[in-house]
Amino acid sequence: MQYLLLIYRSEAEFGKMDAAARKAKTAEYGAFTQSIIQSGHFKAGDGLQPTTTATTVRVRDGKTLTTDGPFAETREQLGGYYLVEAKDLDTALAIAARIPEATIGSIEVRPVMVYD
Amino acid sequence: MTPIEIEKVFRDEAGRALATLIRLVGDFDLAEDALQDAFAVALERWPAAGLPSNPRAWLVNVGRNKAVDRMRRSIAFRGKQQELTHELLLNASTSCDTADSAFDDDVLRLIFTCCHPSFDPAVQVALTLRTVCGLTTAEVARAFLAGEEAMAQRLLRAKQKIRLAGIPYEVPEREMLEPRLRGVLAVIYLVFTEGYVATSGANLMRPDLAREAIRLARLLDALMPGRGEIKGLLALMLLHDSRRAGRATAGGDIVLLEEQDRTLWDQRQIAEGLMLVEDALRMPGRPQSYAVQAAIAALHARAPSYEDTDWPQIAGLYEVLLRISPSPVIELNHAAAISMVDGPARALDLVHALEARGGLKGYELLPAVRADLLRRLGRRDAAREAYQAATAATQLEPLRRFYARRIAEMG
Repeated sequence: MQYLLLIYRSEAEFGKMDAAARKAKTAEYGAFTQSIIQSGHFKAGDGLQPTTTATTVRVRDGKTLTTDGPFAETREQLGGYYLVEAKDLDTALAIAARIPEATIGSIEVRPVMVYD
Repeated sequence: MTPIEIEKVFRDEAGRALATLIRLVGDFDLAEDALQDAFAVALERWPAAGLPSNPRAWLVNVGRNKAVDRMRRSIAFRGKQQELTHELLLNASTSCDTADSAFDDDVLRLIFTCCHPSFDPAVQVALTLRTVCGLTTAEVARAFLAGEEAMAQRLLRAKQKIRLAGIPYEVPEREMLEPRLRGVLAVIYLVFTEGYVATSGANLMRPDLAREAIRLARLLDALMPGRGEIKGLLALMLLHDSRRAGRATAGGDIVLLEEQDRTLWDQRQIAEGLMLVEDALRMPGRPQSYAVQAAIAALHARAPSYEDTDWPQIAGLYEVLLRISPSPVIELNHAAAISMVDGPARALDLVHALEARGGLKGYELLPAVRADLLRRLGRRDAAREAYQAATAATQLEPLRRFYARRIAEMG
């Protein structure tokens, strides 16, 4: 069996953390990731940029509608995910609009965090 | 040169210089900081040295050098000197293309980036005013009746989204161009309407915003020639704006169209607007909404008086608009035009039908139109009530004074 582990947290609280606390958190995640790689459980995992960078895509009557911000409907529930490589947001939004669920549900597009 | 003159030059050139700097340094924030640095140098040097022959190219060159300095400092700080400095210096050493066409392409890129559909419409307007029009954050905040701190935050988040979400700095591909251009024009028109009738405050109009919108449409028309929807929008705004001097008294009170001194209208702007409407309507394809709205404004501009206005044709054009871009606001305007053709009773029926469908809930001009029709029908009590509702619905002082005047007139 495979399982998707979704991480929820308060962005406001995260934003209040100082540099030392962030560093500690990053180290904690590094150790955790290493441990599940070694135990053979790890398949994939990424941090996401904050919801202020999100765009939500819906296709209705053949038209693509984009909304600034994250998915905020409580009547729809998470049903799946794709991780894609795209050259820019326009390309990612165009792919999102082709996901079958886009015509009845919503697709939230969030950039994945890149560490340099 | 005085600092005030320098500031004016800077304001005129800031949008284009910034657009090019963003392309050269590849980062919105860095480009903005670098341009501010360049402005500081200009304030220092230009009073003695005079205006450079090409101030825009000067600002770009100085700005680019300042960006390199800033990069060097931050890279040294992060201890990653080698690779990145090399890359940036390499970019900087390629000669800066200062031909007007290169600047123009950059401005187009900037406009389309600021009006990207992944931004909330209000953010698109704010970002456009800040970066393309070169308004300060405080000025943008005032346009939105927001605090400067809150607006600074909103702009910061928007620029962060450009960078982190990978919003491309380019003019969209052919198949995406039409819907994206529609979005850009909608942003420009939003800027204009806020300038034409402000949402709130002591002044009916904000001519600075109307001017910026017209400037942007002109720019777009020059950059993307031969497009009916751009010409239509430019014509519409020029014709509306041509009445500016007649639309308010020196004391800031509203003067209705029927009471305006038409000799105060800007005839040069009207002539230009009329020419553009004709161009726009002659374009192949089905008529564009902005062009039809401009055609209506043209009929008003041409009319010798309110009574001698071609109302039947205006009502007919609203019917065309209802077919090509139906909206409750157009329906309300259509009803107002019908009141001049078939009388206020027929118009009131249309307004009631519109209200019954609930399409204009919360639209602040709805009670005002209803009040005017009731007043003309002599239904004083109902009119008074509608004027009171209209007063409660607006936050604009001159409108409130106007409604109070109407209520007083009815005794």
